[in-house]
Amino acid sequence: MPQSTLTVKDLHVSIDGKEILKGVNLEIKGGEFHAIMGPNGTGKSTLSAAIMGHPKYEVTQGTITLDGEDVLGMEVDERARAGLFLAMQYPSEITGVTNAEFLRSAVNARREEGDEISLMKFIRQMDGNMDLLEMDQDMSQRYLNEGFSGGEKKRNEILQLMTIEPKIAILDEIDSGLDIDALKVVSKGINKMRGEDFGCLMITHYQRLLNYITPDYVHVMMQGKIVKSGGAELAERLEAEGYDWIKQELGIEDETVQ
Amino acid sequence: MTETLWTVDESGIRDFSAANNEPEWLLNVRLDAFKKAEDLPLPKPDKTKIDKWNFTEFGTHAVKSAPFNSFAELPEAAQAVVGPENETQNVYVQRNGVPSILNISNELKEAGVIFTDFATAAKEHSDLLQKYFMTQVVKADEHKLTALHAALVNGGVFLYVPKNVEIKEPVQAVFIHDDQNAAIFNHVIVVTEANSSVTYVENYISTVETKQGVANIVTEVIAGNNSQVSYGAVDTLTENVTTYVNRRGVTAPNARIEWSLGIMNDGNTISENVTNLIGDGSFADTKMVVVGRGSQSMNFTTKVVHFGKHTEGYILKHGVMKDAAKAIFNGIGKIEHGATKSNAVQESRILMLSEKARGDANPILLIDEDDVTAGHAASVGRVDPLQLYYLMSRGIEKREAERLVIHGFLAPVVNKLPIENVKKQLKGVIERKVRQ
Ligand SMILES: Nc1ncnc2c1ncn2[C@@H]1O[C@H](COP(=O)(O)OP(=O)(O)OP(=O)(O)O)[C@@H](O)[C@H]1O
Ligand SMILES: [Mg+2]
Repeated sequence: MPQSTLTVKDLHVSIDGKEILKGVNLEIKGGEFHAIMGPNGTGKSTLSAAIMGHPKYEVTQGTITLDGEDVLGMEVDERARAGLFLAMQYPSEITGVTNAEFLRSAVNARREEGDEISLMKFIRQMDGNMDLLEMDQDMSQRYLNEGFSGGEKKRNEILQLMTIEPKIAILDEIDSGLDIDALKVVSKGINKMRGEDFGCLMITHYQRLLNYITPDYVHVMMQGKIVKSGGAELAERLEAEGYDWIKQELGIEDETVQ
Repeated sequence: MTETLWTVDESGIRDFSAANNEPEWLLNVRLDAFKKAEDLPLPKPDKTKIDKWNFTEFGTHAVKSAPFNSFAELPEAAQAVVGPENETQNVYVQRNGVPSILNISNELKEAGVIFTDFATAAKEHSDLLQKYFMTQVVKADEHKLTALHAALVNGGVFLYVPKNVEIKEPVQAVFIHDDQNAAIFNHVIVVTEANSSVTYVENYISTVETKQGVANIVTEVIAGNNSQVSYGAVDTLTENVTTYVNRRGVTAPNARIEWSLGIMNDGNTISENVTNLIGDGSFADTKMVVVGRGSQSMNFTTKVVHFGKHTEGYILKHGVMKDAAKAIFNGIGKIEHGATKSNAVQESRILMLSEKARGDANPILLIDEDDVTAGHAASVGRVDPLQLYYLMSRGIEKREAERLVIHGFLAPVVNKLPIENVKKQLKGVIERKVRQ
């Protein structure tokens, strides 16, 4: 399979009439790991939501393409089937729908009618992934995210990632709320996805995730734009020194979206 | 009062009664009720105006259908419900008003269980029927619709379980509506004597469309000392049938009644489900699921009245409203003075799938005793777009995402239904109603 490329060009996004993203440019290819860092409220989640097609976010300018195909013209589910995945910062809870039932629907959504995955095969695959993520087997029969702890929700996002095997994944603060052991386990799951046909964008505040998953590129977001990009060493410097030096370098006083 | 158009007159009732060789007392009950029906008012279900609804105009209440002679002749939907024929099965099938199939196992016969159609019960068990028919649970003179019911009853079953008899397999009744002129006036009586138990499941299946139909259904459950009744119903009447369905029970000391109700009619429906907990230590549990679609209007009153001490009443109802469907959920827990240590709990939830759908949940607790516990929860809301977004972000199509949310919303009730057969059927019916 040829490598996939997600291309974001001059992206402007508004919510309730307020412009949050003000011209984001980004390209992620299969095999690459990118990290986006940046202070709170600078538009990181907004970028991920706009790529996935969140109903509240309105793209007012710019383009998003996946392998040349216009992503913005697709419905949310079409984007997912085209190969995009978003591990959400705050996953929804859905009563009455078991985790297993949901996962199987997601798998079958990518298969033709009449060619649904066999229950046996599905369960074997799910059990394998749950083992790797050190999740209790009974999590598969619980209602989707309902009553899951913060850490359990994050593991569950990665379980979905591993089951669905997207071309390009965006992980929004997958490390937040994880204890040290959980962070290792979740990182193991993400690293297992590594390969030429998997590209990844991690949104994070902390170097500690990047200690386990080394990024090829690190971007810093401020005021709804990517203001600086570099390699793994950029994240290390941010961890050590914070954001002030970038703000000084670029003459930014208030980094949040105005 | 407004002019009522009567499809039947007194001589029609006499003819019907004579044709069925009914005992005189029953004819008298009918004639008396018919007279009262004219002047009695309609019931007043809270928050639904029904004075323009059609309860009185229909083809005929004395429809002549050829009976089905075997399971093989049944329409597919009914076959699915009864499963393959076997010797231990206890099934009654009625085609419009006409008794069609009655299978009752030897075991039950030998134990003295009576399970028969209403007309046969009137002939062969006249005294027993007279004792229970609209005498203590539902009264003919409550309002126009109960009076009309008593006057025109044209089908139903009588199930009598003698003391100490525990029936393991569910007893089933399947009411098939396949004649567009047929009006349904079914009466069901379930009596359990002391220390007995039974599970009864009934189905209403329409296989025809009609321009103007009426269903007026009354159930009376009389649960004796320390007996148990598990009562399941799956109603799937067609769009232009206006339904009044009243399922009511009374409990002797330590008796239990469990209701598992799936009300899936496509037409306007008034459903009343009441349990009067008369005996000390008695128990009622109502679980109900509803799916509304099209432009139907429905009103569900679920009520548990605590008279006895240490009585427990639970109500759990979930409904999904699609299109421009409208549902009112009235839940009433009433604890009478003296019903000490009683517990009344209810939960009602409605999920609306479209802008035009309407839902209203009114939980009411009426408590006239200090030493009791009670609680209620109610919610009415629309589908959360973020839930749909989340599901769709995994590649699931919008319709499928909605389907998951709907099933999920009803699952906490469906999964807890105590009757496997009803649970399975409802999953199928919900699936069908949700898809279209
Ligand atoms: N649904 C919304 N309604 C109103 N404002 C919003 C909404 N979503 C985002 N915003 C605003 O947009 C700005 C950017 O938010 P965003 O969630 O993208 O930040 P972030 O960089 O992900 O922050 P954090 O690091 O805290 O997660 C913030 O000012 C936020 O308040
Ligand atoms: Mg964020």
